[in-house]
Amino acid sequence: MPRPSAGMVTRVAIAVAIVALLPLVVPSFLVFDLIYVAAYAIAILGLIILTGMNGQISLGHGAFMALGGYVVAVLAHRAGVPFWIGVPLAAIGSGIAGLLIGLVALRLAGVYLALATFSLAVATPSFLKHYKSITGGFDGLPLDPVQAPSWIPLDGQHWLYYVAWTVAGVLFLASALLVRGQFGRALRALRDNPIAAVSFGVNPYFYKTLAFGWSAVLAGVAGGFLAIPTAYVSPDTFTSALSITLLIGAVLGGISTFWGALVGGIVVEFLPLVAQQINAAAPSVVYGVALILVMMFLPDGIVGGVLRVTLRFRRPPPQPALESSTQPAAPIAVSPQPRE
Amino acid sequence: MHDLAQQIVSGLAQGSIFASLALALVLIYRAMGIINFAQGELAMFTTYIAWQLVQMGLPLWLAFALTVLIAFAGGVLLERIVIRPVERANQLTVVIVSLGLFIAFNGLAGWFWGYIVKAFPTPFPTTPLQVGGVAFSAQDVGVIVVSVITLGLISLFFQKTKLGLAMRAAALYPDQSRVLGIRVGWMLALGWGLASAVGAISGIMIAPVVFLDPNMMQSVIVYAFAAAVLGGIESPVGAVVGGLVLGVVINLLGTYVDWIGNELRLAAALAIIVVVLVVRPAGLFGRVTVQRV
Repeated sequence: MPRPSAGMVTRVAIAVAIVALLPLVVPSFLVFDLIYVAAYAIAILGLIILTGMNGQISLGHGAFMALGGYVVAVLAHRAGVPFWIGVPLAAIGSGIAGLLIGLVALRLAGVYLALATFSLAVATPSFLKHYKSITGGFDGLPLDPVQAPSWIPLDGQHWLYYVAWTVAGVLFLASALLVRGQFGRALRALRDNPIAAVSFGVNPYFYKTLAFGWSAVLAGVAGGFLAIPTAYVSPDTFTSALSITLLIGAVLGGISTFWGALVGGIVVEFLPLVAQQINAAAPSVVYGVALILVMMFLPDGIVGGVLRVTLRFRRPPPQPALESSTQPAAPIAVSPQPRE
Repeated sequence: MHDLAQQIVSGLAQGSIFASLALALVLIYRAMGIINFAQGELAMFTTYIAWQLVQMGLPLWLAFALTVLIAFAGGVLLERIVIRPVERANQLTVVIVSLGLFIAFNGLAGWFWGYIVKAFPTPFPTTPLQVGGVAFSAQDVGVIVVSVITLGLISLFFQKTKLGLAMRAAALYPDQSRVLGIRVGWMLALGWGLASAVGAISGIMIAPVVFLDPNMMQSVIVYAFAAAVLGGIESPVGAVVGGLVLGVVINLLGTYVDWIGNELRLAAALAIIVVVLVVRPAGLFGRVTVQRV
C-alpha cells in the first residue's frame, strides 16, 4: 500500500472532527446510540478484514462479541474489575478463541465455514444460559454504570462516548497499518487465488488464522462496548440475529473498504430505530430486502455506490481513491463441487 | 426399557422432521451447490399459511395439502425472481442473498402474524398408541409415517419419472442436459419448489410440538444442517439416515446425559457439524472428492 494520499488524510481528519464534535450538538439520547455505532463499527471492521479481504465467511462473530461482553461483565460483576481493564482482557480472550476457531476454520472451505459459524451463532445463547454459575443464566448480569474520572468534566455517557470512539479510532488505525503491505496482500491473494498464493510462498495457515484471530479481537472489544452502555448483559443481547446484523452492516456499508465499517455501523444502529416506527417486524423485512437488492445492484455497498457516483463527476484520478476498493468481490475459496 | 423405547420413538419422530428439512437442503445443494440458509424460515412461513387456512375454517388435512402446493409455487417463484440473477455469482453473494431471504421471511411472518406464540393443531389423535405394553405418542408415530410417505414419494419421483430423471440430469450435467433439450433453468426452479414443499411438511409436523412463532425453525435448521452434514451434504439417503440418527442420539443424550440436558442439545449438534466437517467432510454417504490443483 502506498503512503496515504492527501485525499485520504483529509477524509480521515474530517471523520475524526465530526466524531469529536458530534456530542456537543446532538441530544444526549443520541450519544447513547452513537456509542453503539462505535461498537458495531469495530465488529464490522473485523468482518470486513476476515470476510471481505480474506474471503472466510463468518456468520458467527456474535459469539466473539458474546465472549467479549461476558468477560467484561463477569469480571466487573464478580471481581469489581473496571472496564478499562476488562475490555483489553476481553480482547485477549476473544483473540485466543478466534485463533483456535481459526485453526478449525482452515479445514472448512467456503460455504461449510458459513454453515458451521451460523450454527455457532444459533448455539451461543444456549451456552450462555447453560453455564448459569458464571454467566447468571437467563437473567444475565448487571454491571456498575460507568462514571467519568473526577478530573474530567463530563457525565458518564459522554465520557464513554469518547472512550469508545477513541478505542475505535485506535483499532481502525491498527487495522489499517496491519493490512497495508504484505499482510493485506497475502490475505487478498489467498482469497482470490489460493493456489497461486501458496505457490508464491504465502503461508495460508499463518495468514488465515491470524485474520480470524484479529477479527475476533475486534469483535471481543465490540462486545465489551455493547455491554457497558446499558450496564447489563444477557443471552438475549447476543442472539444469532446479532451475528447476522454484523454481516448486514458489512454488506450494506461496503465489504471492500474500511469506510464500509463506519457506514455499516451507522446503518445497523439507526435503520432499525427508524423502521420500527412502521412495525416491530419492519427492520427485518427492510434488512432482508436491502441485502438482496444490494447484492444484485450495488455489490460494493453504500460506500462503493457513493464512490462510483463521485468518480463519474471527477476527472480520471491518477490512482483509485481507495486502494482496497479496486479489488472486485472475488470468489471464495474452492469447495467440493456438487457436479461431476 | 419402556422408557428407552419411548425415547427412541420420539427421537425417530424428531429425526424424521430433521430428515425432511435436511432433504430439502440437499435437494438444493445437489442442484446448485448452494446451502439455502432460508430453508427453515420458508418452512416456518408456510406453516403460518397453514395456520391461517385452518383459522379460515378449512379442515386441517385440506389446509395441509393446500399449503404444500403454495409452498411449491412459492419456491419456484423465489428461484426465478431472487436466486436466478445471482446463480452464477460467487459463494459469498449467494450466502448473503439466502440470508436476506432468511431475515425477510422472518420479518414478514412477524409483520403478518405477530411475535406471540401460537398453538398449532395436531393432525393426529391425542390418545397414545399401545404397542406391546408401551405407550407411544400418536403424534410421534404420525410424524414418522408422514415423513416416510414424503421421502418415499420424493424418491419414487426422482427414480421413476421422466421429469425426475431430467432434474437429476440437469443437476449433474447442466451443459449436456441443455444440449438434450432439458430446460435446466426450470429444473432448478422445480428443485426449489420441491425443497420448499418438503420444508413445509416438516414445519407443519413440528409446529404442534414447538408451537408456532417466527423463530421456531432456527434451532431446527441447525439440526437439519447437522443431519445433512452427517449424511453427506450431497446424498438424499444420507440426509434421511443422518436425520434419524441425529434425532435419536440428541434425544438420548438430552434425556440420559445429565450435563447435556436440554440446553446443550444445540451445542451437541454444533459439535457434530464441526467434527464431521473436519474429520470426514463427505459425511457418511457422500463421495470423497479429490480436487485437482
